Amino acid sequence: MVDLAAFASMGAGSIDAAMLIGAVLLEAAILYVGYGAVEEVFGQRVVERLRGE
Amino acid sequence: MEILGLSLAMVVLFVGFGLLVGVLFGFFGMGGSFLVTPALLVMGYPTRVAVGSGLAFVFGTSVIATLKHRDMGQVDYKLGVLMIAGTTAGIEAGKEIVLHLEALGLAGSIISVTYVVLLGGIGAFVTYEALRGGDGGDGIDHDAAEDDVDADDIPEIAKKIQSYRIPPMISLRGGVSVSLWMILGVAFATGLLSGFLGVGGGFIRMPALFYLIGVPVPIAVGTDLFEIVFSGGLGSFLYALDGGVDLAIVLPLLAGSAFGARVGSAATSIVDEDDIKVYFGLMLLGGALAVAVREIGNVYGIGALNTVSLVLILGSALLVSGAVVYSSITALREESQSSSPV
Repeated sequence: MVDLAAFASMGAGSIDAAMLIGAVLLEAAILYVGYGAVEEVFGQRVVERLRGE
Repeated sequence: MEILGLSLAMVVLFVGFGLLVGVLFGFFGMGGSFLVTPALLVMGYPTRVAVGSGLAFVFGTSVIATLKHRDMGQVDYKLGVLMIAGTTAGIEAGKEIVLHLEALGLAGSIISVTYVVLLGGIGAFVTYEALRGGDGGDGIDHDAAEDDVDADDIPEIAKKIQSYRIPPMISLRGGVSVSLWMILGVAFATGLLSGFLGVGGGFIRMPALFYLIGVPVPIAVGTDLFEIVFSGGLGSFLYALDGGVDLAIVLPLLAGSAFGARVGSAATSIVDEDDIKVYFGLMLLGGALAVAVREIGNVYGIGALNTVSLVLILGSALLVSGAVVYSSITALREESQSSSPV
């Protein structure tokens, strides 16, 4: 006999796990875009400072 | 003051540690679980949480580093997909060997010795190659990803592997052409070691892509990271099913590593690889020594050796990431001086 309760709880666990990994992916995407914007604005200036210009 | 249930000092510590790991990850395409998991274990987190959170962190960092390498044209998707296929089969085979050894009661000791020998062996080989000038001793420019690779820059072993023209032949970035079966063979072998040792495998795969298949270093790093997105994503999902992923650890680590990965990835187009290869080799040697010390501590029940092991790992990581940043700044200054009118 199929244990529907166990099956359902596994499904819920999978959704929770997927949401957790989704949260990590979302943070990675936000950080990529956010730090990308910071690099766009300040990157050249920082490189010039490091070059001693 | 608490953020995500952690004290401010812990959050700052995690962000700083993430920054350090991110630089290494962005530059070498490795170093995530190798550094984070032992650190979390020594900090007292349960093994499940240390491994699961380490994998989730590696997944997030590899996404960011892959996107950055993609922007610089340093990801070979065709090679990446083939490597994923071969590696997955290899991991399964490696896992079977571990289960067999476990049944014989030999798994722990054989895996530890193999790990130390392999990490130390690759570390010694890379250091030796860097010190003597190496195969392709003039070094491979990190910014050469768009160009066809110079025959002199291809390691001898890779030339041998490329000489087996068993169809179908696959054209890779950098003008390299390799038999599909050779790529799958290398991928299977690296996966086998990865599954056997229970590690992400960046420290095996990245040198394998360069030394065995012969793709330029920047593409080896970018493609390795692309593969880690999938292995890290799947691994962290499986651990998350058992409650092994703690966002309070992953989120601050990722905040630091996202910045570090940008610095490390950007440094790949500035620093000459040969300048840094010796540090990479020394970091692997430091890692091998750290694992050996930890194992001795476990066998003889000396808890302090666990801390010595962590200090060795963190010390070598700090040394190498510092060397990457220092070499980048020096290269920028030299470039500026050589281009300025006399």
